[in-house]
Formats: sequence, C-alpha cells, structure tokens
Amino acid sequence: MTGRFSWFNITALTLGFAFLYLPMLILIVYSFNESRLVTVWAGFSTKWYVSLMGNDAFLDAAWVTLKVAVMSSTLATVLGTMAAYVMVRSGRFLGRTLFSGMIYAPLVMPEVITGLSLLLFFIAIGLDRGVVTIVLAHTTFAMCYVSVVVSARLVSFDRQLEEAALDLGCTPFDAFKSVTLPIIAPAVIAGWLLAFTLSLDDLVIASFTSGPSSTTLPIKIFSAVRLGVSPEINALSTIMIAIVTLGVIVASLISKRAIVRQQEDEQKALQK
Amino acid sequence: MNLRRIFLILVPYLWLLALFLVPFGIVLKIALSDIALAIPPYAPTLDITAGWEGIKRFFAGLDFENFVFLTQDDLYWRAYLSSVVIATVSTIATLIVGYPIAYGMACAPRHWQPMLVMLIILPFWTSFLIRVYSWIGILSQEGYLNQLLLWSGLINEPLMIINTNWAVYIGIVYTYLPFMVLPIYATLEKLDGSLLEAAEDLGCSRSSAFWLVTVPLSRPGIIAGSFLVFIPALGEFVIPSLLGGSKTLMIGKVLWEEFFSNRDWPVASTVAIILLLILIIPIILFQRNEQKQREADQ
Repeated sequence: MTGRFSWFNITALTLGFAFLYLPMLILIVYSFNESRLVTVWAGFSTKWYVSLMGNDAFLDAAWVTLKVAVMSSTLATVLGTMAAYVMVRSGRFLGRTLFSGMIYAPLVMPEVITGLSLLLFFIAIGLDRGVVTIVLAHTTFAMCYVSVVVSARLVSFDRQLEEAALDLGCTPFDAFKSVTLPIIAPAVIAGWLLAFTLSLDDLVIASFTSGPSSTTLPIKIFSAVRLGVSPEINALSTIMIAIVTLGVIVASLISKRAIVRQQEDEQKALQK
Repeated sequence: MNLRRIFLILVPYLWLLALFLVPFGIVLKIALSDIALAIPPYAPTLDITAGWEGIKRFFAGLDFENFVFLTQDDLYWRAYLSSVVIATVSTIATLIVGYPIAYGMACAPRHWQPMLVMLIILPFWTSFLIRVYSWIGILSQEGYLNQLLLWSGLINEPLMIINTNWAVYIGIVYTYLPFMVLPIYATLEKLDGSLLEAAEDLGCSRSSAFWLVTVPLSRPGIIAGSFLVFIPALGEFVIPSLLGGSKTLMIGKVLWEEFFSNRDWPVASTVAIILLLILIIPIILFQRNEQKQREADQ
C-alpha cells in the first residue's frame, strides 16, 4: 500500500490528527488564561495552577485515586497474569468455558452495569463502601485487560525454553521466575500500565462503588464539570495530559533501549 | 505439581466468580424483586434463618413485574431505541471520519507508520473524561467554534450544538476514533498493492479500484471497528450527560438516574438486564467476525 501516498492522504492525516489533538491543545492553552471566563483570552497567567495547589478537595481526591490505581493495578496484574497462564497453559479443566467467558465479558460489559452489579453485591455482603470496594471493583475489570495482553505474549512464547530450564534442574517456580517472567515482562508491564490508566480514568464504576469519604479525582472532576467549564479543571487536565505524555515518551524510550540492548547482546553472542 | 496447578486456576477463577458472576446474579435477582420502603429498598429478601420456608417464600416473591412495567412506560423503550439510533449514527460517522485516516496511515512511508500508530493511540491513554470535557469549551454557545464561525462571517448567530444530540455524536466520534482507525489500518496495511495495480492495468479507474478492491478487502477491519465503537457507545453514560441535553435519551443515563435519583433498585436492575440482552446480538456478531478473521489468517 505504501508508495500510494498522495495529497489526499496528507490532507486526511492532517485533518484527522488536528481533530484528535486540537481540542486538547486548546484546553492546555486556555489553562494559562488570566480570565475566569474560559472562552475569552485575557493574558497569560499561572494563577489557576496556584489555586489548584491550594484546593484540598482536589488534592485529597488525587491521593485517593493514586492509592486505588496503584493497589488495583498491581493486584490486577498478578491475577491477570495468572488468568492468562491458565488460559494458555492449563489445557482442559472443569468450567473452562465459563472461565474464559468471565475473562472476556467485562471487556464488553457497559460500565454502568458493572458498577451497578458490584455495588449491589457489596451492599448484599455488608461491605462498607470506600477505598477497598473501589480497589476490588477496579481489580476485577482491569485483570481481564491484563490477561488479554499477557496471553497474547504467552501464545507466541517458545515453551522449549521453559522445558530446558526444568531439565537443567530448575524448580517450576524458579523456571517461571528466571525464564518465563523475563520474556513476558514487557507484556506484564504493559498490562500494569493499562490497568493503572484504566483505574485513574474510571468515573462510572468508581461512582457506584465509592463511599462518601473516598471520592476519586474523576468523580470530583465530573461533578465540577457538570456546572460548566472552569479554568481550574483546565489546569488539572493539563497536568494530567503532561504526566501521561511524559509517561508514554519514557516508556517508549525504555522499550527502544531494551531492543537496542537485546540486538547488541545477540551480536556479541554471535561474535563469540 | 498438581496442587500448584489447582491453586493457579482457583485464585483467578474464584475472584471472577465472586466479583463478576455473583454480582451479576444479584442484579438479576433484584430485577425480579419489587421496590419496597426498607433497607435494602427491595423485597423479597432471602431469609435463610427461616429455612426451607424462607427460601420458598423468597422464590414466590420474584416475578417479571418490572419487565412488564418497562414495556408499558414508553420512557424506557424510547431510551433504548434512541440509544441504538445514537450509537448507529455515531458508528457510521466514526467510520466516515476514521477510514480516510486509516487509509492515509497505510499509504504513508513505512518508517512513518509506527509514529502514526502511536499518535492514534496516545489520546487513548489520556483521560476519557478530559477528552469529553475539552469539547464543552469548543461547542458551547460562546465557545471557540461559535466564535470562529461568527468571526468568519459564516453564521450570524451562534449555533446551538452543546446540549443536543449533535454534541453527543461529536463526542462519541472523537473519543472512539482510535477503535475504528486501528482495525481498519491493520487490514489495509496488509493489503497487497499489486492487486490495485492489477485492477488499474485491467482498466479500472483509481476510484473504482478503491471501491471494488480496497473497500471489500478491508471489510473485516471495518466490521471490527464498527462493533468496537457501537458496543461501548450503546451503554455510554459520560458523553450524553456532559455534552447531551435534557432531551438526549440514552439508556446508560436512564439507569444512572433510576438508581441514584429515584433510588429504584429493581427498575435500575431491570434496565441493566434488558440493555445486556440488546448487547448480546452485536457481541455475538463481533465474535463471529473475529473468529472468521483468525481462520482466514491461518
């Protein structure tokens, strides 16, 4: 298909990427606006960032969100990797169809339904809503994403490497730790990052499963945004966009370096 | 060895049973219950201490009354219908916007492509809520779009876009665009350019080669992308509640209000069950398409 690159394609790509990025660029620019009227430019100012830093409600919510995201993504990575291992390696067992159904169903389930069902469940078992319930809820849907990412890597994995380690006297756990895990590590890390952003981002499920003392940032933003555009929210959005962009750039640099190092190692091995 | 395997299977299995299947069973059960002025606000509740009698009384109390209620009150079926219409219109719009982008990416020089793919994925990593929010400032009555159009003289008075279904369509197209572009790009990128040359050599014009060769060959990507947009759009809550108006009826919003504002748990659960029943059709079709694709690849 390459080599058919025409003016039409360039126009389509330019317009497409403008559509994707302009709204966020406008948001960033107007977060430095002096005026409280967000749609009128009145000069450069960083005062909304200063006022954001003094806003305890937002800072508290950010802290809760971060705690929930770290805990749920870590739990989801462990459970999701286990689930992926079961799906790819465990062959047949009783209830396998149900298991794979439960792995894929949360991916297509509308968030309002997941949230509603978990809330009704927590009420039924008498668990007070708070950080714990949000972590449980986020872990459950994020582990499914993790297991999809990890099992894609496990499928393409050469099992002979693992068998060789076992033949050479490794215990199964050692073989997993020193052979399998390093090979699937990129997928596990990608899964963790995915789970982390899903948790940071989630509004609907968190709204259902949070208690009065455990408001997360998206819930806070949502209730503020319902009243209209505010420069403080613009500043907050800018900070979040900056963190994500930085994270993606760092992640891609690390993976690039890992590839380069791997190639160097392979060349060294060939020279010997 | 065997114990380890059992442990490995049991941990995620039990987790999903407890936190996915059981909660879902509870929704089904409450959908069959009646609203009551009690804590929890529905009846009957299972009273295990009453033994067999309690269980019998519990099952006798379940009925399909809420389902009947939903078919009688036209708010609900209008909301389902309008969700399906909004999801369909936005899916078509996303396809129209997304296809040229995917096509442009596939035609771009090879060494550009990883960068272009990353640029498509990057917005996906930023908060969904923020991406929806960014359109409020653009579409509002004194927003940037209206300012631009008024300034250019194209319109004389501001357009009413925010709080209408138009804003919802724009919001869905914007947030779900990567889901459409990536699968189409994946099929176009594998497409053999010599097929197009052959078509042109045999007398096809460029545009008819596109419609007769490129589009049919990219069909699996189009189908996959459309489902990936349609399925989540159908149950969407954030976009209609931030960009849509009071007249925008979407079932996700109805469920939310039924639960949080009306505190009618049985009706909210029934709304959820019916939404799932509607979703099963596109999900099965999507699975079939994926299966076919996998078989074709092998």
